[in-house]
Order: sequence, then structure tokens, then C-alpha cells
Amino acid sequence: MIAFNKYYNKFNVLSISLVVVSLVLLTFKGLNFGIDFKGGTLIELRSNDSKINVSALRNNLNQMNLGDVSVKNFGNKTDYLIKFENNDDKKVIEKIKLNLDKSFGNNFNFRRVENVGPKVSAELLKSGVIAITVALILMLIYIWIRFEWQFSFGAILALFHDVIVTLGLFSLLNLEINLSIIAAVLTIVGYSMNDTVVIFDRVRENLKKYSDIKIYELTNISINETLSRTLITSITTLLALLSIFLFGGEILKGFSLAMIFGVIFGTYSSIYIANTVLVRLKVSQKTILKEEDKI
Amino acid sequence: MLYFSKLRIFFVSLVSLFFILIASSNFFKFDNSLLNKKINLGLDLQGGSYLLLEIDNTPVIEQKLQNLAVTIKNYFQEKNIRIINLKFVDQKISFTVDGKFKKILLDEFNDEDSNLNPYYPRFKSHQLDIVEEDNVFKVNYSKQGIIELKTSSQDQALEIVRRRIDEIGTNEPNILKRGNDRILVELPGLDDPMRIKSLLGKTANLTFRFVTKNSEDSFGAEKLKYEDDIREAIVSKRIILSGENLLDAQPRMNNQTNETIVSFTLDRVGAKRFGKATSTGIGKQLAIILDGKIISAPVIRDTIASGSGQISGGFTFQSATDLALLLRSGALPAPLNIIEERTVGPDLGQDSINAGMIALFIGFILVILFIFIKYKIFGLITNIALVINLFLLIGVLTIFEATLTLPGIAGIILTVGMAVDANVLIFERIKEELKNEKNNLIAFDSGYTKSRTAILDANITTLLAAMILFFMGSGPIKGFSLTLGVGIFTTLFSVYFIARLLTVLYVSKNKEKEGLI
Repeated sequence: MIAFNKYYNKFNVLSISLVVVSLVLLTFKGLNFGIDFKGGTLIELRSNDSKINVSALRNNLNQMNLGDVSVKNFGNKTDYLIKFENNDDKKVIEKIKLNLDKSFGNNFNFRRVENVGPKVSAELLKSGVIAITVALILMLIYIWIRFEWQFSFGAILALFHDVIVTLGLFSLLNLEINLSIIAAVLTIVGYSMNDTVVIFDRVRENLKKYSDIKIYELTNISINETLSRTLITSITTLLALLSIFLFGGEILKGFSLAMIFGVIFGTYSSIYIANTVLVRLKVSQKTILKEEDKI
Repeated sequence: MLYFSKLRIFFVSLVSLFFILIASSNFFKFDNSLLNKKINLGLDLQGGSYLLLEIDNTPVIEQKLQNLAVTIKNYFQEKNIRIINLKFVDQKISFTVDGKFKKILLDEFNDEDSNLNPYYPRFKSHQLDIVEEDNVFKVNYSKQGIIELKTSSQDQALEIVRRRIDEIGTNEPNILKRGNDRILVELPGLDDPMRIKSLLGKTANLTFRFVTKNSEDSFGAEKLKYEDDIREAIVSKRIILSGENLLDAQPRMNNQTNETIVSFTLDRVGAKRFGKATSTGIGKQLAIILDGKIISAPVIRDTIASGSGQISGGFTFQSATDLALLLRSGALPAPLNIIEERTVGPDLGQDSINAGMIALFIGFILVILFIFIKYKIFGLITNIALVINLFLLIGVLTIFEATLTLPGIAGIILTVGMAVDANVLIFERIKEELKNEKNNLIAFDSGYTKSRTAILDANITTLLAAMILFFMGSGPIKGFSLTLGVGIFTTLFSVYFIARLLTVLYVSKNKEKEGLI
């Protein structure tokens, strides 16, 4: 049996610092919002002339008065991702096409063009925030119906931890937040909850079984009993995600990366946050019996 | 938990086979209507354009209010009530009346059978709101009035957008209403939406009006620019003909001048008016105006009574074709703005499909290998259930002809990773039970029973997240939530029917064997 409980305090300090650092990052550095949430234009280009490079492309586009233009390689050397802010010119894409053809010859394939107006991006951001909030509230309600309030509190704290730290990491690494990241965050919420609930289920079962074991020990027993399941499921999920990350193409990279972070944090938080909350709230056999008396 | 009747075995096999057959119709061709169903590929996979258009209703509302001001004046004039100081300020009609008429006036507006101000019983609201401030009445559309107005302009716009897109003849376009002032257009297979964008960006309001020398025309006049944005002309506000009078318009080649033109045919009313205007206005310039810009202003040389004519204006064949198309499909009630555009080229779509399939294949192999190494014979059972699960998932998506997107493929891969969770929970539980219970059957039975709540909890939480995504997400994200959500049900089926059936068959044959799992 691994003595997870020996490190409850240490990891709680770590989690709190991680959350604080993430919040500081989110407040001062902020998130790198993609065009879905910030508005603007995105163009994915493929050139069939290997002599063209990022700086040549950037110099060329900078002369077009598009405002702040970002040009990056996307996946491989001949693919480029161009992004710039909202532009009033309705024919801007046509003009870019003409300009690139003039400067580099007819060597570009416009693989993807996305243009999100300011109104739509504001709405997408709003609905993204609402979606995550609604998800958290529904999870709260669900677990509140299923378990006692101490358990719900622990689970929700773990969820907040996972969401905040994942977003904090995105802020730190300056990774782009787009629509698919919202999907990833929501899936993380589901996954983390799932993981926590499995351990909690066992804690409750053990609480009924043993009246003389303190919650400090009892959580450790429950974590160990469910540990192999926790690990196996995390591993298979991570194998699937790793496969998406490595082979699923550039577009899914951010999504799968967020999910990979989330699964790791979710597994960690189920053990070191959800359970320590039970310990700190001094949950005992009485906690669950009282509830059952009421019904 | 461990008993399976013959009937149930039959049922489970039937369902599995059915879905495998349905799923395989995506890869093979069957001559059967049920098996002809296919999963639709989202625009991000097959390539195409997604355009979200917003109707700019401000000019419509302004125009309607201006017309309404005249209506109000005439309406009360008939009742011998003089409307004084009728003005149009801040998107509102304002006026005053003599103090003794105030009550009659307000009654006219607030009467539920009012002809002036229609009442919508369903919404308990009038079309117009009237307020009195410092003896000045202010009339504006009510909230419900605005909604009615927007809905009707959306209906009209949708019809025109559909006509314009049909005229171009793209592949199975999808044109849908969004809210009460937006239209969503999905054009599969279209990788360059430039032409459609420019066609949808034009209101196509066509008018024929005389050019006047002085700005003191009795109908009023305005200065308009030509399409080149340089030349200008003063044009009367009196409309001789408008686009509504057009029956047909076609691009043509003028044999004498070798110029591309647009020839048009007018309806009876239009032909009559055109004939009259061309007979009285010989020598005058008749301006042909599209969306506030003059295309051309030819001098009338002869009376045209045939009801057909032509527009020339330095067109290329393409621009003449487009103008004719716009004129045939009619004018939009209000300008449209493209507020969101997502276009994916077909080769990127194919690349995404390939990458998604490779990721699915590799993820699948990794998970299967891991589970097999971990659980041996029970790993094999889990893996068989997993393969059937994948077919079930694809089968269900096929039956509903769901749209598969790139994030949707990610959802399938993720389902593969998470689907084993339920079996892992069960097997781990059985292992624990076997520590205290020597009878294999009893241990397996209680393993299934005791893990049930955890499995249910785990799946409900994921389902909740998927449902929220489905209702709040858009496009590709919806595809992800769909596969994730459907995946939960197929996983539960494959775990509790297929994997359990196989487990039962194996365990009942090896009742006495120790260290079974």
C-alpha cells in the first residue's frame, strides 16, 4: 500500500501555489485568445516553393497595412499560419491573394480561411464561459444529490483546481485558446469528476464498513484500492490522447494537449485535493449515517 | 448479474450485427435504402464554406418609420385631427397635437382593434409604442414590433439568399435561420467563396431614375456617384422603375458594339411605365442605379414600348452574369454583412481525415495492446467489446446521418480510451472480491454488482459535459460532443451486454480454475 496520506499537506501546499500562480498568470499575463474569441482573420497557406520562408512572407504582408500580422510555420516547413486582427476591408482576402501571387508567383494554396467578426467572437467567448459555468454547476448539483456536502465540496474544489491550473499552463506556455479548448476543458471537467467519484464511492463504502478507522487512513485505503483502476484508465485515455496529439494533425494539437494536461491534473486532484478536503472537514461514519437517517 | 438467457444472447448478437452492417455501409455500397445511409462529413473534413450573415435591419426600420409618419398624418387628417411638428428624430417619430385631441389620439393607438397600431394578442403587445413627453408624442416600434419586423425581413432575405445560391448551382447548400436576424449558409465543397460572398454582399436594389439638371426637382433629388466613384450626377428621387418590375435578366453580347450587356424583360406594369417615361423623356438621361450607385445613364433616343431593354456599363462577361443573376433573384430587404466565415479547402479536409484515421488506428492499437497485456483473456474480451463498441458508435452515427467533424473523430478516439474504464472498474473489483471469495461465480457476480454505481456515476458526469457542449457548442464542437455522448451509450451497451456475455461464457466454463483474472 502506498502512503498517499503522508504527502497530503505537501501536495496541498503545492496545489494552492499552483492555483495562485495560475490566477496571477491569468490576471496579469492573460490568455492567448485565438480568433474565435478575439475576432480577426486566420489563413492557412501551403506554398509549393521551398524558397519562400516565414520572414519573407511576413515582410510582404506587413506592407499591406493589415495591422498586427502574425506569421508562423504550421506543422511543416511549407505550411504557414497567418493571423491578423479584424479588418474593415471586406475584400482583404482577395487582396492578400493578389499580393502574394504578385510577389511570390502563383505558389500558394489557401487551405483554410477563417474570419470571425467582433460581435461573433464576443458571443462565442460568452457562450464558452457560460458552458463551463453551467457544466460546473450541473456537476455540483449531480454530486450534491449523490453524496454529502463535504464530498461535493471536495469534488468541486478539485474541478476548479483542474480548470484553473490547465488554463494557467496555457497562459504560461502562451498556447492559443480557441473553441476546441473549451471542448477540452469541459471534457476535463467530466473526466476529473469521473475520477473523483470513483474514489469517493469507495470512501463511502469503506466508511460504512469500518467505524474505527480515521478518515486520514480511510482515504488512503480507498485511494489504494482504486489505484490500479485510476492508473489503467488514465493510461488508456492518455494513450488515446497521445495518439491524437502526435498523429491527429495540427488542428487537434491544442485540444489534445489541453486534454493531456487535464487528465494528469484530474488524476492528481482526485487523490490530493478531493480526498484531503474530506480529511480536513473531518468526515466520519456519522457524516454519511446522518444523511441516511434523514431519508 | 451473471445469467444470460438464450433470448438475450440472440438479442445482443442481433443488435451488434445490425449495427456492424449499418456501420459498414459507410465503406461498401448496398442496394438497400436502410443501408444506403452514410455519415455526413462536416465542412472541416470534406472542405467547404461556412458563412454567417447578419441582416442589418436599421435602414429597414428607418424606412418603415418614415413611411409610418406619413400614414399617421393622413390617418388623423381624415378624423380632422391636425398633426403638428411631425418630425423624425433619433429613430423615433415625434409630433404634437392640440390638447383636446390628446385622449382620442391615445385611444386610437391603444385600441386593441386599432387599424393604425396592430395588436398581437399572442404577445399582449401592440406593434408601436407611444409615449408623451412635455406634450410631445413619440412613436417607435415596440419590442414585439421590432421582432415581427426582423422576422419578416429574415424570411424575405432567406428566400433571396436561397435563390442567389441556387442560381450559382453549388452542391447541396444548407441555408438556415439563426436567431431573428441571421442566416447561416453552409456550402460543402466550395473552397473559394469569393463570388458567393460578393453576390450575397449586394442588396441589389435596382431603380431607374431621371438625371436632372437642377436639384429643384418636385420629388427632390440627390447627388449619386457612378460605380467608378469619380463621376457624379444629380438624380431625381422619383422612381420610374424598380427591380420588382423585372421578369428576367440575362447577360448578352451586343453585336454592334461588341460589348457585354445585361438585357432585361419587364412585367406589364413595368413595360407600361417604361414606355411612358421613354416617350415623354426623349433626350433626357435615364440613370440605372444599383445600391445607390449609378451603373450607367444612357440618353433616351426613342420610345421603348416593347417592355424590354438593356443595361450597358463596361461589364466583363462575369460581372454581367452576376448582375443578371442578382436582378433575376431580386433585392434583399436589407443589407447583409458576413460576420463569420470559415472555409476549408478540400485537400486540407482530406489531410484531416487521413490524420484522424491514423490517430484513431494507432490509439486503438495502443489501447488494445495495453489492455491485452494487462488482463490477458479478459483483456481479449474487453478488446472484442471495444471493437464492437466502435462499430456500434459508427452505426448509430450512420443511422442518424450525423455529421462527423475533425473534433468528432477526436471524440471517437477519446471514447476508445475511456470506454475501457468500465471494464477496468469491473475487473479490478472482481480481483478484490477474489481475495476473500474462492467461488469464481460469486466473485464475478459481486464484482459486477458492486462496481455498478461507480460506473454509472462516471458515465453520467461525462454525459453531462457532452450534453452541455452539444447545446452550447457550434459546428465542429457539436460533432465532438455528439460522438462523445453517443459513445457513452454504446460503451455501456458493449460493457454490460457484450463483454459481460463473453465473460459469463468464459467463467462458467472455467468455474474451478484458480487465479482466473
